[in-house]
Amino acid sequence: MKIALLGNPNTGKSSVFNLLTGLRQQVGNFPGVTVDKRSGFIQINQVQHELIDFPGTYSIYPRSKEETVVFDVLSDTKHSQHPDQIIFVVDASNLQRNLLFFTQVFDLGIPCVLVLNMWDLAQKKGITISIEALEKLFPGVPIVQSNARVGLGKDRILKAIDSTKVKDLTFKPFLDSFHLCEIEDVQCQKLEAENRLQKIKTSLTKVVETKVLEGENFSRKIDRILIHPVFGYLIFALVLMVIFQFIFSFANAPMNWIDNLFSHFSIWSSDLIPEGMVNDLISQGIIPGIGGVVVFVPQIAMLFFFISILEESGYLSRVVFIMDRLMRPFGLNGKSVVPLMSSVACAIPGIMATRTISNWKERLITILVAPFMSCSARIPVYTLLISLVIPKMYLFGFINLQGIVLFGLYSLGIVFALLVSFLLKLFIKQKEKGFLLLELPDYKNPRWGNVFINVLEKVKIFILDAGKIILAISIILWFLASFGPDMDGAAHGLSKTRAYQSMSKQEQTIAMDACKLSNSYIGILGKGMEPIIAPLGYDWKIGISLITSFAAREVFVGSLATIYAVQDDGGKQTLLIDRMRNEVKADGSPVFTLASGVSLMVFYVFAMQCMATMAVVKRETNSWKWPLIQLAFMGVLAYFTAWLTFIILS
Amino acid sequence: MNTLNHVELRQVVEIVSVDHSPISSKLTEMGLVAGQLITTLFRAPFGDPIAIELNGTVLSLRLEEAQFIEVKA
Repeated sequence: MKIALLGNPNTGKSSVFNLLTGLRQQVGNFPGVTVDKRSGFIQINQVQHELIDFPGTYSIYPRSKEETVVFDVLSDTKHSQHPDQIIFVVDASNLQRNLLFFTQVFDLGIPCVLVLNMWDLAQKKGITISIEALEKLFPGVPIVQSNARVGLGKDRILKAIDSTKVKDLTFKPFLDSFHLCEIEDVQCQKLEAENRLQKIKTSLTKVVETKVLEGENFSRKIDRILIHPVFGYLIFALVLMVIFQFIFSFANAPMNWIDNLFSHFSIWSSDLIPEGMVNDLISQGIIPGIGGVVVFVPQIAMLFFFISILEESGYLSRVVFIMDRLMRPFGLNGKSVVPLMSSVACAIPGIMATRTISNWKERLITILVAPFMSCSARIPVYTLLISLVIPKMYLFGFINLQGIVLFGLYSLGIVFALLVSFLLKLFIKQKEKGFLLLELPDYKNPRWGNVFINVLEKVKIFILDAGKIILAISIILWFLASFGPDMDGAAHGLSKTRAYQSMSKQEQTIAMDACKLSNSYIGILGKGMEPIIAPLGYDWKIGISLITSFAAREVFVGSLATIYAVQDDGGKQTLLIDRMRNEVKADGSPVFTLASGVSLMVFYVFAMQCMATMAVVKRETNSWKWPLIQLAFMGVLAYFTAWLTFIILS
Repeated sequence: MNTLNHVELRQVVEIVSVDHSPISSKLTEMGLVAGQLITTLFRAPFGDPIAIELNGTVLSLRLEEAQFIEVKA
């Protein structure tokens, strides 16, 4: 049997879902739309039933394109996801509004269980509900109370599911002569909502009793600080700082472990498998490719840990509230703030976090500009280039010039993110108009179980959905970097030179790697594109590194080290920097000057040099169209700004 | 006729009509119907959006959404 879980947002619906299914959950998309479909299994009397969590909505009629899935599934009895039974979760402290959607579902004639969740909260608010009286309004619907946040009510809900019978012939809809409105006919929908609210209101007088409590609501008191014109922003800035502090101090260690673990795997497998093509494919293509997926997990997990806490506590909707006005001129919305801010750590969780933006246009714009925010993978590139071309100098005796440049690069990303959104707003057409109409729920302590499950879910989505694409691209990149039309010839030629023969064993390996890379397909591509990148001040060696760093921006540093045949000095990179400083062009002038160095940094601010981000954009927009458009416009923008920078500075 | 975007903070007003709003059906579904009493609670910095209370829940809406909600004291 298929059971659908329905209800308004902020009713603790996902708590009920977690309570019923535990960790036996799957995530995916509903067919055709990018709406999370969470499903799990519940067992009643040794029979397995599928429970599907639908997005929280206020009505069967959609607010946005994405919400149409609820209407489509419920109205079409032949739909593949059409439920045999419904568990409907309502917030017991706000029965009147919650029942609007419930009565719509009830009138469809699908057997229902009504769950009065957050029972304790209702009592605290002085609300008493007579379940007996409520049951009389909806004959045949078992009504149970629960408090899913603290894990109460599971058995009652399961028992109620079991007790619901197929609707008998005496079934009468709540609204007399009810029929569903057309999805476009808002006038009909409005009339229906009015009639329902009217009837609900009169019916509830016998069900709900409210005692007016003295004193101001606790949440209102907190709101006065958190929404304050000055303190509101200060506190939000503080919250962001704490989050980034955590991520930058604690994500690095596990990321290094993952790196080390996979390089050990790679060495181990290359020793184990007989030498040859298969060995190379596994030890240098597949294993590092998987490593390149897993390495993102710590950042994704940490960011979603914090985002879930903000969401669960109710603070997130306050952030939306105070930021909405500021973001609107750019075609964004208050809900774009957290995705964009998260992108400062990593664009991947940032883009995954855009699911909360219900308006498609605003969501798309947020996804498209998120990679402009300087993520942590750019830091190694920036720091290498800054220490290479920016002198250690103090402006006015105390402002560190290198620091100013770094700050400038971050600001450049933010300014362009907003600028590009503004332009996209004019270009992307959409009929449906964005509106806010957002509920600000009462503040609550976050439930760690929910936070944990949410983090797990996001990590799973990333590894399973985006991981495949990342792995495929990294194998292609590996192939291009390891093979070439005449690589063996070049390697043979190198081994015959006197210089090579006089090297130590270690030096030979390094020189051989450099020779192989520059004679690989990527090497040839890099050399071939030299005329294109020469106006930006780059040579073919930088060209090669630009291509390889499509795997991930920080690969740029490692690729340069390979090409320049520099030994790894344990992350200090002094050897690499010295080597780069001495690198000269054919005419004897240095390759890395202030102009070419800054131009390169600017290039990295704008270029979509990250296959993992592309894979996630593909997943989140459900097509290759948008990631490819994004790749193209970010590339063009990077090229021209880098070119301008080079001209201005030289 | 007064509209919600012009109402001072911490006032209780009664909704007269939401008929002129392009999202009137959505407003209705959120409980914003003629006869409903609402309290204006607070404004975001820069004056927009605003937050109102109805039946014990807090709802925020932009001024451009509030301007179509006709109210009386």
